Amino acid sequence: MSWLPIALVGVPLLGVVVAAVPAVRDRAVAWGIVVSAVVLVLAVALAAAFDHARPADMQLQTDRPWIPGLGLRFHLGVDGVSLPLVVLTALLTFLCFVHLAGHPPAGGRPGALVVTLLVLEVGMIGTFLALDLLLFFVFFEVVLVPMYFVIALWGGAGRRAAAVKFILYTLLGSAVLLIGLLVVWTQAGTLDMVALAGRHGSGMARSAQILAFLAIGLGLAVKTPMWPLHTWLPDAHTEAPTVGSVLLAGVLLKMGSYGFARIAIPVLPEGAAALAPWLGAFAVVGIAYGSLACLAQRDLKRMIAYSSVGHMGFVLLGFASLTPVGLNGALFANVAHGLITGLLFFLAGAVKERYGTTDMVRLGGGMLRRLPYVGSLLTFACVASLGLPGLAGFWGEMLALLGAFRPAAGLSRPLFLVFMAVGGLGTVLTAAYFLVMLSRVTHGRAVETIPPPGSLEPPGPPLATAEGVREVLSEAGEGAEPVEPVATGAAVAALDREGAGQETARASAVVDDGRASATGAGAAGVGAADAGEMGRARRPFRDVTAHELAAWLPLVALIVLFGLWPKALLAVTTPAVQSLLGSGVAP
Amino acid sequence: MTAVVALIVLLPFAGAAAGLLATRLGTRDLRTRDLRTGDLRTGDLRTRDVGARTERAVYRRAAWFAIAPGAVSAALTVWLAAALARGAGISEGRFWSGLLPGRAEGTLTVVETGSVPISLTLRADGLSVLAGILVVVVALAVQVYSVGYMRDEPRYPSYSAFVSLFTSAMLLVVYAGDLIVLYVGWEIMGLCSYLLIGHWWEDRANSRAAVKAFLVTRLGDVGFLFGIFVLGTAAGDFRIDAVLRADIPRGALVAATLLLLAGVAGKSAQVPLQTWLPDAMAGPTPISALIHAATMVAAGIFVVARLYPAFLAAPPTLDVLGVVAAVGMLGAALAALAQDDLKRVLAYSTISQLAYMAAALAAGSDRAAMFHLVSHGAFKALLFLCAGLVIHHVGSNLISHMGGLRTALPVTFWTMTIGFAALAGLPPASGFFSKDAVISAVEHGTGPAQPFVYASALLTVGVTGAYAARAWLRTFFGPARIEPLAEPPPGVAHVFDGREAPPSMLWPAGVLAVPALLLGLAGSAAGVEVEWGPAAVSLAVALLGAGIVYALWRAAPEQDPARLLGPFRVPCERAFYVDAAYAALIARPVLRLARGVVRADTRVVDGAVRGSGRATLGLSGLVRLAQNGNAQLYVTGLLAGLVLIAVAAVVLT
Repeated sequence: MSWLPIALVGVPLLGVVVAAVPAVRDRAVAWGIVVSAVVLVLAVALAAAFDHARPADMQLQTDRPWIPGLGLRFHLGVDGVSLPLVVLTALLTFLCFVHLAGHPPAGGRPGALVVTLLVLEVGMIGTFLALDLLLFFVFFEVVLVPMYFVIALWGGAGRRAAAVKFILYTLLGSAVLLIGLLVVWTQAGTLDMVALAGRHGSGMARSAQILAFLAIGLGLAVKTPMWPLHTWLPDAHTEAPTVGSVLLAGVLLKMGSYGFARIAIPVLPEGAAALAPWLGAFAVVGIAYGSLACLAQRDLKRMIAYSSVGHMGFVLLGFASLTPVGLNGALFANVAHGLITGLLFFLAGAVKERYGTTDMVRLGGGMLRRLPYVGSLLTFACVASLGLPGLAGFWGEMLALLGAFRPAAGLSRPLFLVFMAVGGLGTVLTAAYFLVMLSRVTHGRAVETIPPPGSLEPPGPPLATAEGVREVLSEAGEGAEPVEPVATGAAVAALDREGAGQETARASAVVDDGRASATGAGAAGVGAADAGEMGRARRPFRDVTAHELAAWLPLVALIVLFGLWPKALLAVTTPAVQSLLGSGVAP
Repeated sequence: MTAVVALIVLLPFAGAAAGLLATRLGTRDLRTRDLRTGDLRTGDLRTRDVGARTERAVYRRAAWFAIAPGAVSAALTVWLAAALARGAGISEGRFWSGLLPGRAEGTLTVVETGSVPISLTLRADGLSVLAGILVVVVALAVQVYSVGYMRDEPRYPSYSAFVSLFTSAMLLVVYAGDLIVLYVGWEIMGLCSYLLIGHWWEDRANSRAAVKAFLVTRLGDVGFLFGIFVLGTAAGDFRIDAVLRADIPRGALVAATLLLLAGVAGKSAQVPLQTWLPDAMAGPTPISALIHAATMVAAGIFVVARLYPAFLAAPPTLDVLGVVAAVGMLGAALAALAQDDLKRVLAYSTISQLAYMAAALAAGSDRAAMFHLVSHGAFKALLFLCAGLVIHHVGSNLISHMGGLRTALPVTFWTMTIGFAALAGLPPASGFFSKDAVISAVEHGTGPAQPFVYASALLTVGVTGAYAARAWLRTFFGPARIEPLAEPPPGVAHVFDGREAPPSMLWPAGVLAVPALLLGLAGSAAGVEVEWGPAAVSLAVALLGAGIVYALWRAAPEQDPARLLGPFRVPCERAFYVDAAYAALIARPVLRLARGVVRADTRVVDGAVRGSGRATLGLSGLVRLAQNGNAQLYVTGLLAGLVLIAVAAVVLT
C-alpha cells in the first residue's frame, strides 16, 4: 500500500479542479508549472522509493475495490517496465509547461490549454501505473479527449480534419482493444494484470489467446502506430501545437508499445508466438516505409512524424522477437524515442515560430548562420535520432536488431534474419533522410530575404517582432518567402558577426548570450534608428530563449546520459522483461 | 594501467566537451559590462572593439583546450608503451609479443542486456599501443597545425573540439576490449568525419560530400554490426579476448568476417565502398591529414589486425579481401595519376596504400600491414600537411595552378619531397621498408588469388612512382603558374602574403618528416627484415614509373604528364565512372521509390482510411432515405411488417 501512485494520478487531477478558481485561472501557466513540477518530484520520489534490487517485482502497489459488483479493482503499481515511462511522462509534461510559459499558444486561451494538458497527464500516468485491465483501458481512453481538443483548438490550419481523424481512428482501435480485453476477462476470469502475467497464459486456450492477441494487438498497433495503421499520425503531428506534438510523440505513442510489453506479450504468450512473425513483418515494413516516406517529405514536422513510424517499427521488431533482449531493446527505444523526438518537435516548433513555416523549401538554408543554437541543437537531435552510438537512440535499435538476430525458440530464424537485414538497411535510410534534411535546412547560405515588392505594407515603421512578421506573412499568403524584419544594416552586421562564432557553445553560457545579443542588437542599432523603437526590438531572428533552453537542455542531458551509460536504463528493465517472458523462454 | 588507458581516451573527450561548452564561458560578461558602462553613442565602435578582443580570447582558449589534453595523452601513451615493453605478459605469439610483451585489461562494468552482455572493457597491448602512438602524434601535430591554418576562422572552437572528439573516439577504437565499445568509437569517428568534412557548410558541395561520406560508411557499418552480432552470440560474449578464444564454427566465422569486411571496406575506403573518400577532401586539409589519411581510414585495417586470428581461421574471407585489395590498389593509383586536384591525388593514393595493407592482411602478414599502416600514417599525414602549406600559398587546390614553388617554399619543398619519396617507396624513406614488407608478404602468400594480387601490387608500385613524380614535378618545378585569386571561396584556404606559412604550421610538418624518413630504419632495427630481392625489383619498377613521367615532363614542362594514359585518361580521372554508376543504380532509384511511397501513402493507405469514412457517410445517406419524416411512409412500413409477421406466423406454424 503506497500513496505515491495515487498522488501521481491525484495531483494533476486536483490541479485541474483548482485551475477553475478565477484567481488561479489568470496565472494558469504558472499553476501548470507548479502542478507538473510536483508531479515530477513525485515521479522522482517514486524512482527513489523503488527497490532497484528487485525491479522485476511489482512495487509500491495500491489495491482497492473500485466497482465490486464487477470485480474491478483500483490497482496501481510500478515495476522496471513502467517506472522509466512514468518518469518520462512527468518530465515531458513539466518541460511542456516550462515551454508554454515563454511561448504562449498561438490559439490563445492558455488557461484552457493548461487544464487540458493536466487532464492529459492524469490519463498518461494512469495508463502506465494501472494494473487492472479495465482501469488501464479507462486511462487509455481518458487521454484521447484532451488530445483531441489540443489539436482541434490550438492546432494549425488543417486542425479540424486532423483532430477528427485522430479521435475516430484511435477510438476504433480502442474498441478493438476493449474486445480483446473482454476476451481475456471471459477466458481467464480475472482482470488483474499481475496475476495474469504470472500465469504466463496457462488456463487459456491457444485459439482464444490468438484471438485476444489479434484484437489487443490491433488496438495497440493503431496507437503505436504500426504500418499500415499510421496515417492519423502525420496529420495529427503536423497540425498539433508544439506541446501537443511533443506529448503525442513522447508519451502517447508509448502507451501503445507499453501495452504490448505489459499485456499482450506476457498475458498471451501463445498468441504472441503465433502472431509474432506478422508483427515483425509489419514492423520492418514500417521501418523501411517510414524512412522512405521521410526521404521525400518537404515539411519538417511531417518528416519527424514519419520518422516516428520508422522508430516505432524498431520497437515493434524488438517485441516481435519475443526475447528478453528484444523486449529490452523495445523498452529502451521507447524511452529514447520519447526524449529525442520530444526534442525534435520542440525544435520544429521553434523553427515554425521564427520562420512562420516548416516547409523545407521555404526555410531555405543556412540555419546554422541565422540561428546558430537552434541549428546546432537540431543537428544534435537528428544525430541522436539516427541512432548514433554514444547517444540514447542507438541502444534500443541495436538491442532490437540483436533480438531479431536470434529470436525466441519456435520462431523462424531465417525470417527474422531477413527482418534484421531490412531493419539494418532502415538505419541507413534513417541516416539518409536526417542528413539530407540537415543539409537542406542548416547548411548552405541563408536565402536573402528581402521582401518581394508589394507583399509588405508600403514603407512604414520597421516590424519589430517576429509576431509582427508573422501577421504580415499570413496576410501575404502562401507565395511569400519568410521575411526578416526590416532592420538597419548596422544591426544586421553586428548580429552576423556575433552569430557566426556561436555555433556550438551550449549550456549555461547560452542564456547569457540571449540577453547579451538582445542588448547588442539594441545598442548597435542606436546610431542609425530611432532609439526607442529599436530598444524594444528583439533581434530579427531571435536564437534560443531562456524558456526554450530550460525545456530542451534536460532532454539533451538525458540523451547523452543514456547514450553513454545505457546501464542506467537496462539495469531496471532487464530483470523485469525476463520475468515478463517467464523462465521457460529461450535466451 | 587501465586507469592510464582510460585517461588517454578520456582526456581528448574532456577537451572536446570543454571546447564545445566552455570556450565562450565568461567572455560575454566582458562585452555586456562594457556596453552597460559605455556611452550609447560610442556603443557601436566599442562593441566592435570588444568583439574582436573577445574573439581572440575565445580563439586562444579553444586552442588550449585542443592542444593541452592531446599533449598529455601523447605523454601518457609513451609511458604506456614503456610499461608494456617492460611488462612480462603471456606470450600470445603475435608479432608484437617480442617487442611489447605486456598487456592490461580492465572492465568498468558489465551491462546485462538479456542476451549477450556488453562489458565496458578497455585493453592495452602491443597492437593498440602501436596504433595509439600514431593517433596521438598525428592528432597533436594536426591540432598545432590547425592553430595556424584555421586562423581568422570564426568556427575554430567547434572545429578543434570535433578534432578532439575524433581523437577520443579513435583512441576508444584502438583500446576497446569489447566489440560493442569498439563499435561506439567506430561510429563516433564517422560522425566527426561528417561534421568536419562539412565544416565549410556554406558551400552545398561540401555538405553533400559530408552526407555521402557518412552514408557510404554507414552502409558498411550495418554489416559490421551484424558481424559483431554473429561473433558475439557465437562466443556468448562481446569481449575481444573471449571472441578470439571461443571455439566458433567455421561457417559462422566466415559469415562474421565477411560481414565485418563490409564495415572495413566502408571505413577504409576499399572497393566497392571507396567513392566517399575523394569527395571527403572537401574538408579542411588538416582534417584530411588526420582523419582521411592517417587514422580513421586505417581503422578498418586495424580492426582486421585486432581480430586477426578469427580472419586467419576463415580463408575465404582473406581471399575476398585479397581480390578487393588488388582491384582497389591499381584502380585508385591510376585514378590518382589523372587527377588535377592535389588533395584528390593524395586521396586516391590513400585508397591505393590502404589496399596494400589489406593485401598484406590477405596474404597472412598482419605485421607487414601494421608496419605499412604506421609508416603510411606518418608520411601521408606529412604529405597532406605539406599540401595544405602549398594550397595556403597558392590559394587553389589544382596542380595546374601550381609550379616552380621550390624556391618560394623551401621548407615545404624538402618535407614534401621526403613524403613523396616515402610514398613512392624510395630508400631510405620509411615507405621503402614497409612497402617491401608488404610485397614480400604478398609474394609468399598462398590462396587462389595470390598471382593476381602480386601482379597488381607490382604494377601499382610503378604507377605510384609515376603519380608521385608527376605531383612533385608539377608542384615544385617548372614555370610558376600562380594566378592570384581575388576572394577564395569557402572550402579553399586563405591565401597568405608571406613566403612560407607561420611556424605553427611548419613545425608539425617538420616533426612528421622525421618518422616519415626514419621509421623504416627503426622498423628494420626492431626486427622487420628487408628482403633485398623483391625490394630491388619493386624499386626498379617504381623508378621506371617515375622515369617515364620525368621524361614526358622534361619534353614539355607545360603539359601534364598524365597524357601518357592516352584514351584512358578521362575514365581514370572520373575514377572509372563508379560514382555515376552508383548514382544511377542506387541513389536515384531510392529517391524515386521514396516519392512513390509518399504517393502511395496518400492515395492508397490513407486513401483507404478516407475512403472508409466516405463509405460510411454514403451508407448512412442510404439509410437516411428511409427516415424522410413522412409519417405515412412509417405507418405503411409498420403495417407491412405486421402483415409479414402475421403471414410468417401462419405459414411457419
